[in-house]
Amino acid sequence: MNLNLRHAKTGLLGALALCFLVTLFSKFINPYWLYILYDIGINIILAVSLNLINGYTGQFSLGHAGFMAVGAYTAGVITNQFGQLNAFASGGVFLGALLAGGLMAAVAGLLVGIPTLRLKGDYLAIVTLGFGEIIRVILQNVDSVGGARGYSVMHGWTNFFWTFGLAAVTVYVIASLVNSTYGRGFIAVHDDEIAAEAMGINTTKYKVSAFVIGAFFAGIAGGLYAHSKQYITPGGFGFMQSIAFVVMVILGGMGNTVGVILAAILLTLLPEGLRFLAGVQQIPGVAKMYPLSWVGDTRMIIYSLLLIVLMLTRPQGLFAFKKRQR
Amino acid sequence: MLEIKNLTVGYGAINALHGISLSVAPGSIVTLIGSNGAGKTTTLKTVSGLLKPKSGEILYEGKNIAGLPPHEIVRRGLAHVPEGRMVFANLSVLENLEMGAYLVRDKKQIRAEMDAVFAAFPRLQERVQQISGTLSGGEQQMLAIGRALMGRPKFLMLDEPSLGLAPLLVAAIFAKIVEINRARGLTILLVEQNANRALEISHAGYVLETGRITLSGDSPSLRQNPQVRSAYLGG
Repeated sequence: MNLNLRHAKTGLLGALALCFLVTLFSKFINPYWLYILYDIGINIILAVSLNLINGYTGQFSLGHAGFMAVGAYTAGVITNQFGQLNAFASGGVFLGALLAGGLMAAVAGLLVGIPTLRLKGDYLAIVTLGFGEIIRVILQNVDSVGGARGYSVMHGWTNFFWTFGLAAVTVYVIASLVNSTYGRGFIAVHDDEIAAEAMGINTTKYKVSAFVIGAFFAGIAGGLYAHSKQYITPGGFGFMQSIAFVVMVILGGMGNTVGVILAAILLTLLPEGLRFLAGVQQIPGVAKMYPLSWVGDTRMIIYSLLLIVLMLTRPQGLFAFKKRQR
Repeated sequence: MLEIKNLTVGYGAINALHGISLSVAPGSIVTLIGSNGAGKTTTLKTVSGLLKPKSGEILYEGKNIAGLPPHEIVRRGLAHVPEGRMVFANLSVLENLEMGAYLVRDKKQIRAEMDAVFAAFPRLQERVQQISGTLSGGEQQMLAIGRALMGRPKFLMLDEPSLGLAPLLVAAIFAKIVEINRARGLTILLVEQNANRALEISHAGYVLETGRITLSGDSPSLRQNPQVRSAYLGG
């Protein structure tokens, strides 16, 4: 399923206005849920941008958390140079820092994109995996950003507006990209590289652009993450984190923007939902006490089992209703 | 129009073509026949830039294009329909055709070429919104040819257009090839296993055997040649 782009610009503006409104009322939202909402928005950006690389272009990146780390540290280091600012100045600085993080990640994307010219499938996955680990190990050993102890980000500037506003922008940019004549080249490279080359499509350029664009948005998401948690450690951007994003893309259905967004929401909520379940002492309407605290201990096992069941029953992706819909 | 001189191409240490030479006159259909592994596909892939030659020249309109990247070669008006009907399975018929005009910026020209393709293959117009992976084999072959025509090429290379098609469809596809050649004055280099049909519609032919050209001539005389008859035309 693809987004209908006829009303895309209106949709984008509507989404931005809505984000702004929600932000005004965010005081009234329980902070615990507010931070989960931020996680959802950040994960949407990461999953949708990874979908450009893994889904539409048919490459295989296992290093998305690495790009995210580059963006997180870059943006964090920049905003830490500033003291307390008024709302307006902080917005400007924050946006600038996020963009700088995105650009740094894009440069990293370019560096990883180049090996893709020679590698495919499993081999490419290993190279991107190695790249992600290199980033993590470098950050672990740079003392000026705290090394393995982690890095404290002063400003908690991430709010509903920035998170979901930028998520909306990401979705808009990537959806309009793959639906443009230029952007169909990504799908063409995925479908048949030789035929694409024979059409005069510079497949090299497309593969590298997919990595650069995907990494840019991952970097922005990293910046948002850093200013939401206010404390980042290299360990938070490890291999398992990259896998989590790949799972979102596969579960949503490769090359299916709406599905990937839904999967990002579901997979962010699922562990939290299970955590909530663990606190339940009694099933409503049932007199006997059934404490569900065992859910807490087996939360991650249940999560993993759910993934296995979902993949066995819906290998085409949980939300892939049709291959493509117009 | 196209002249290949002493072209040697290899995969790693093994050479698939050992210095072949051939020429294609403007407006003609030239066919390259030979058994599996003779080097027919390798020849086409090298001309369109998908493979890099080890040595030799490929002169197109007098200029050497050997070793140029594929998009540079397509830009010069050479189109290649790869073997096995490689359509973009996840794109619709319309989008596939649009990809064929990837290097064309002029919207009017794209529209005109699309109308011409629909005139030649009305079936494609009927299925214009269909995802091309769900088309039948014959329709996919029509789409692959139509897509190549979208860029308004001057020189078209077809790699086994009859592969895996029912005899009736093969006849239809070959009729279309002749029609395209006559109506557009398009020069065509055709690679075929179905030597009989290929020689029927072409002006000249080359016989390729394990990377070397062993016979060449105009098509009628090749069809009479006892060697060709016994090896490729079933006696």
